Amino acid sequence: MKNLIDIRDLSTEEIRQLIEKANDIIAHPETYREKCRYKKLATLFFEPSTRTRLSFEAAMYELGGQVIGFSEAASSSAAKGESVADTVRTVSCYADIIAMRHPKEGAPLVASMAATVPVINAGDGGHNHPTQTLTDLLTIVREKGRLDNLTVGFCGDLKFGRTVHSLIAALSRYDNVKFVLVSPEELKLPSYIKKEILQAKHMQYVQTTDLESVIPELDILYMTRVQRERFFNEEDYLRLKDSYILTPDKLAGAKKDMAILHPLPRVNEISTTVDSDPRAVYFKQVLNGKFIRMALILKLLEVE
Amino acid sequence: MNIDSIQNGIVLDHIKAGKSMEIYNFLQLDKLSCSVAIIKNVNSRKMGKKDIIKIDTNLDVDLDVLGYIDPDITVNIIRGGALVEKKHLKLPAQVKGLLKCKNPRCITSVERELPHIFKLTNPSSRVYRCIYCEAKAE
Repeated sequence: MKNLIDIRDLSTEEIRQLIEKANDIIAHPETYREKCRYKKLATLFFEPSTRTRLSFEAAMYELGGQVIGFSEAASSSAAKGESVADTVRTVSCYADIIAMRHPKEGAPLVASMAATVPVINAGDGGHNHPTQTLTDLLTIVREKGRLDNLTVGFCGDLKFGRTVHSLIAALSRYDNVKFVLVSPEELKLPSYIKKEILQAKHMQYVQTTDLESVIPELDILYMTRVQRERFFNEEDYLRLKDSYILTPDKLAGAKKDMAILHPLPRVNEISTTVDSDPRAVYFKQVLNGKFIRMALILKLLEVE
Repeated sequence: MNIDSIQNGIVLDHIKAGKSMEIYNFLQLDKLSCSVAIIKNVNSRKMGKKDIIKIDTNLDVDLDVLGYIDPDITVNIIRGGALVEKKHLKLPAQVKGLLKCKNPRCITSVERELPHIFKLTNPSSRVYRCIYCEAKAE
C-alpha cells in the first residue's frame, strides 16, 4: 500500500505520470466519472481549510466516489483525547482512502503507520503539503509546458512557507532551474534548505529583498502570504505582513508570459487589480489542484 | 594497576577518554550484580588516552545506542577467557527511544506512547532528524 506523506515519496517518473493523468482527466473528464464508484474518501481535517478539503471532496465526487469526514478537531473524537493512531485505525474500517490535515508536524506519517488504507498528507502544520506541490507542478507544466529551464521567483515568507520549501525541493530535480528568493531579512529561506537542497544539488540561486529589480528575469513568480499562525509573536507578524504587495505597476517590467502563482489564501500580497492580468494564474491553479488530486486518488487506489 | 581478566562477558574498548561514565549510565550498568570495571585514561597508541569498560557477564548491549554515543568504540566478546569476536561500531541509520524531539509543533509532543525515532540524514556531520517533523536532534 502506498501513501503520500512527503513529495519526496514520489519518484520523478511518478510525478510525470500524475501530471500526465491530470492532463488526461482535464481533456476527457467523462472517462473518469465512474472510476471510484462505491469507494469512499475520508477527509480528516483537524485544522480548518477551504481549498484543500473541498478540492479533495470535489475530486472524489467527480470520480464517482463518496466522502465522509470532519472539518475541525472539535467535531471529532480528538476533542475527547483520542490519538491520531486510534482515529485512523477506526476510519480505516469505514473508508478506502484518507486525506488528513493536522496542525502537528508528522501527524500524517503517524496516521500512515496505523492505517490499513492509503493516507494522503493534506498539510501538517508548517511541515509538508505534497498535494499543493503537485498542484504547483501541474500549473507550471500547463502554463510553461516544462519543468526544466526555468527561472522561478519565490516572494514573501520563505522561512515558514511550507509550500515554498516543498516546491523548491521538487523543482531541484529538474535541469537548469534557477531560483530567485525574494523576502525580508527575517523571513529568508532557512539555511538548512539552502545547504541540503540548493547547494547539495548545485542549483543556481540568488537572494534579494528587492522584487522589482529581479522581476524581469522570471518565468514564474510564486507569491506567498505571511502566515499569522506561524508566528509566536503578533508584533513580528504585523511588522512583516505587508513586506511585498504585488500591483500592476510592479508587473510593468515582467515578461509578457510570466506566470504568477499563489497557493492561496491571499490576504493583501496580490492586489485584486492584478487578477484580470492574463499572467495571474492562481485561480487556474486552484482548479488544477482538483485534477491532480483526482489523479492521485486513482493512483493510490490503484484504479486504472 | 591490576584488574582481573573476565571469563565470559564484554569489553568496550577505544572509548573516548572521559566518556566511560556516560556509557555506564546509558547502558544502566549500575543495575548489574556482576563485576564491572571502568578504566579511565589508559595510554593508547591510536588515541593517546582512552577509557575501557569491562563487564563480566553476557550482556546484550544495544549496539545502535552505543554507536550513536561513540561510533569509534570496539566491542570485544569474551568467552572462556578468550576473545571470540571483535565488533566495530558505526553510526546507526536510526535511533529509537534514545533522543527526544524537542519541537513543540511535532506530533510527538501530543501523541501518547509514540516512540521518538531519529534517522541519520548526514553521516559526515552526524546529523539526526526526527522522522516525524524532521527537526534536528539536539
